[in-house]
Amino acid sequence: MPKLIKGVGCPYCGSSCDDIEVLVSDDETKILEVHNACIIGTNLFHHANDATRPKLPRMRQPDGSMKEIPYDEAIDWMAKTMLKAKKPLIYGFGSTNCEGMSAVGRIAEKSGAVLDNCATICHGPSFLAIFDNGYPSCTLGEAKNRADVVVFWGCNPMHAHPRHTSRYSIFPRGYFTQKGQMQRTVLCIDPRETDTAKLADHHLMLDQGHDYELFDAFRTVLRGFEIPETVAGIPREKIKESVEIMKKAKFCMIFFGMGCTHTDGRNHNIDHAISLTRDLNNHTKCSIMAMRGHYNIAGPGQVWSWQFGFPYCIDLSKGSHAHMNPGETSSVDLAMRDEVDCFVNVGTDAGAHFPIQAVQHLKKHPFITIDPNFCMASEIADLHIPVRIAGVDEPGVVYRMDNVPIQFRAVIKGLPGVPSDEELFDRVYERMCELTNTQPIWLAAKEHRKYPHNPVVS
Amino acid sequence: MADGELIVKGGYVVDPTRKIDGEVADIAMKDGKIVDKVSSSAKVIDAKGKVVMAGGVDVHSHVAGPKVNAGRLMRPEDKLLSGTCRSGMAQKNGYRMESGFSIPSVFRTGYEYGRMGYSFVMEAAMPPLLAPHTHEEIHDTPIIDEAALPVFGNNWFVMEYLQKGEVENTAAYIAWLLKVTKGYGIKVVNPGGTAAWAWGLNCLNLNDNVPYFEITPAEIIRGLIEANEYLGLPHSMHLHQNDLGNPGNYKGTIDALKIAEGIKAKNKFGREQVMHSTHLQFHAYGGTTWADFNSKAKEVMDYVNKQKNITIDLGCVTLDETTTMTADGPFEHHLHGLNHLKWTNVDVELETAAGIVPFVYDPQSKVCDIQWAVGLELALFAKDMNRTFITTDHPNAGPFTRYPRVIKWLMSKKAREATLGSFKHKDKVIEATNIHGIDRELSLFEIAQMTRSGPAQCLGLKNVYGGLAPGMSAEVAVYDLNYKNMPSDPEKIEAAFQRAACFIKSGEIVVKDGEVVSNGHKKTVWVNVKMPENPQVTRDVTQAFTKGTYTMNLINYPVREYLAPHPYVIDVDVEA
Repeated sequence: MPKLIKGVGCPYCGSSCDDIEVLVSDDETKILEVHNACIIGTNLFHHANDATRPKLPRMRQPDGSMKEIPYDEAIDWMAKTMLKAKKPLIYGFGSTNCEGMSAVGRIAEKSGAVLDNCATICHGPSFLAIFDNGYPSCTLGEAKNRADVVVFWGCNPMHAHPRHTSRYSIFPRGYFTQKGQMQRTVLCIDPRETDTAKLADHHLMLDQGHDYELFDAFRTVLRGFEIPETVAGIPREKIKESVEIMKKAKFCMIFFGMGCTHTDGRNHNIDHAISLTRDLNNHTKCSIMAMRGHYNIAGPGQVWSWQFGFPYCIDLSKGSHAHMNPGETSSVDLAMRDEVDCFVNVGTDAGAHFPIQAVQHLKKHPFITIDPNFCMASEIADLHIPVRIAGVDEPGVVYRMDNVPIQFRAVIKGLPGVPSDEELFDRVYERMCELTNTQPIWLAAKEHRKYPHNPVVS
Repeated sequence: MADGELIVKGGYVVDPTRKIDGEVADIAMKDGKIVDKVSSSAKVIDAKGKVVMAGGVDVHSHVAGPKVNAGRLMRPEDKLLSGTCRSGMAQKNGYRMESGFSIPSVFRTGYEYGRMGYSFVMEAAMPPLLAPHTHEEIHDTPIIDEAALPVFGNNWFVMEYLQKGEVENTAAYIAWLLKVTKGYGIKVVNPGGTAAWAWGLNCLNLNDNVPYFEITPAEIIRGLIEANEYLGLPHSMHLHQNDLGNPGNYKGTIDALKIAEGIKAKNKFGREQVMHSTHLQFHAYGGTTWADFNSKAKEVMDYVNKQKNITIDLGCVTLDETTTMTADGPFEHHLHGLNHLKWTNVDVELETAAGIVPFVYDPQSKVCDIQWAVGLELALFAKDMNRTFITTDHPNAGPFTRYPRVIKWLMSKKAREATLGSFKHKDKVIEATNIHGIDRELSLFEIAQMTRSGPAQCLGLKNVYGGLAPGMSAEVAVYDLNYKNMPSDPEKIEAAFQRAACFIKSGEIVVKDGEVVSNGHKKTVWVNVKMPENPQVTRDVTQAFTKGTYTMNLINYPVREYLAPHPYVIDVDVEA
């Protein structure tokens, strides 16, 4: 009898929907049906059925081909390579669980590595703004239950976070918003007429790259000063009208995305957006939230903040203390300057996302990819180590875009012999300790945890 | 270590639980417990000429969880003040990297508490929805045993039940929530005010109406005390009062304390109080503005002294640059309006909120200096040190790493006068406070009451922590202080408490000569209330999830077992 598993978390976007229902085969090895998820999420679950999923590490051979090797050999090679490197870079983690992020901290400390996550190429500017200006935010339930004005600035959830609008922001009937969409006024600020803009009550189609000026105009109006006839291509009256809507809201919610962090102004745009939120709190209640991309990209920011004090761009190579200086210790900048001599790509695809020059530099040195699937980073790697898929065949904690921890479950059994990220990192760490003749340090989390050691595929 | 046997020999033992004050005695330990005697093969720790106390117990400290971490994340500059870096030896031995000053990383938190000889720390506010996060941080923190108090004072279920006068349902809900969040007791932060903050409002007065819920802060406080005693939890209702930090708030403070009058503690854990009023320093202010701001520590303590069913902790201002963080969301917004530094806010659906603002307690500011005096005065006016505990409301009034400095000030008038003398506005501070006229200097015995036996009893843990009687957990701190000949230089008192000469945690030596030598075997302590299922509460909770008031699925709400490894579960049986 196939089993229907309810309340499953989705390993796709930052909405981290946990209302998915998955029908699995009797032996819990195949996913048969996926309900409630968006089309992308559905496909991610079905991916796990792919018979061609890698089951063994693959090592690049002198002739350029890839050859399957046992896990122990891959772990040994990774441990030795990282210890040998002066400054390895460990990057990724958008799509894995927090247990893996925590475990990688040991390896990073041991090898004196730089730890970085996908925020470095997406919401990194938001972090910079938060460092400067704080982050008046809330959980998504607050937005759902209370927000009567919702602003989407430089983001397009209809495509990037397909269920965001139905679960949290536009359509749902919340506790104090029983009429759903009827009760909400939606503003969209975007240079394109996106599908989100089409849904909005007001679309402010600003000139591309002029977000900073428009934020500035909003704040100026809010503080009671005059602004020019048009700002960023938007007429004065439209700006005034929009500000009035936000000011009169009972609860105003601002969501922002890559359209703010990756146009001119970058972190300064976010800085201004946060200040606007703060200013609005002198009139009503207002919250702001970054539309984080992946289902657990908020995770490394959390885990590494409690371990090292910084969310990203963490240089541990000094050994004595952690050091963060985006621009200096950020992945792309390090790669562009050819400053790292070993690269570990985990749960993301630097091969697809980094500038080609950066990848070319990284390729000069040992390049390790840890990913359940084949991707560009796995195909150019010297060593590809497959792991389980967090949220599909491996449980674990993930942080939703609002930093709410959601405990994902595994819906099917993992491939035999394939470890989780955490288990893999722990084995690499143990090997490193063996090689350096030191005692591994496990804290409480580890002491009592014995992995069900899968029999290695012969 | 022979058969897990240890003996601390020849120290001056200070143990208020057995009324031992400076007697030279040996403390024997076996298998993680204190015992009468051990065999001759036991490992010997020489404590001759040193003070021996039980491991410290911290009743209120923000050390793990979402708002603590939001503070770490938003303040990279806090890492500049870290002080000691990981030494070469620590690196070699694999001790984890340390960072942060006012909001240290989890590793630094565990190590620093260990170096100060602390065994147990209560995380003072856990938002239930975010409980897995708090537990993830707790299990990554080395050495110290920890528990966490979920916040209830602005919880929709609690307010709805109490509005209808349903104490039993409130209690059943609390029992359920403690179980699913692996929490310890009932924390109340700005009751009603934080709920109002969801609409940008606040409740500064005990009789203000909470918007929509038609209940007042006073009713929430009383209801939660009653629910607490109905359940007979090890700890009492733990209250962060309304109107924190404002001039003239002391009257409201005393009014809130009066709510406890006539209510008796009912529990099997030896707890005597029904209300713990936390960081009282922030609630003992006179005046009407910052200009005539003054200390009302005496007035507040006069009430506390005669009211036996109340315990308090100080929340001492340590005059540092720190990071304020509290579930009192509206207060942090207000504070941000005063200092205009960065401001983080986290409203949590149906449950609570939190705010974070960096703050500099500048010794050149009259107001900060008066706050400093108020915190110390509370202790110096206290009559029963077993009901008065040392905290800094870490990191709100100062980081916990300043406890030794607070102890120094409390033990030495000379140290207080030196600090007072360094203030630019010394005369104004003297005029607005009582501290200059107080000669009292606390003894080591009193310090042990305030940091050991007192908080342990207040938390219902007096059979485990806070004392050195046989049968208790083997938590022993040795400080390099000569009981018979205390140093005339108060700085030496601070130095001794900052770095324990030796600290034994659960029968294992974790600190030697002020250096961490082991990551220890920490435990997560939580309370499991056993009572019959309450169908009304089950239905209400289920509906909040199925109707989508919560945006999470009920099945993913309870903290899973593996997130709280090494649990120490305290069972509480409630009869139907």
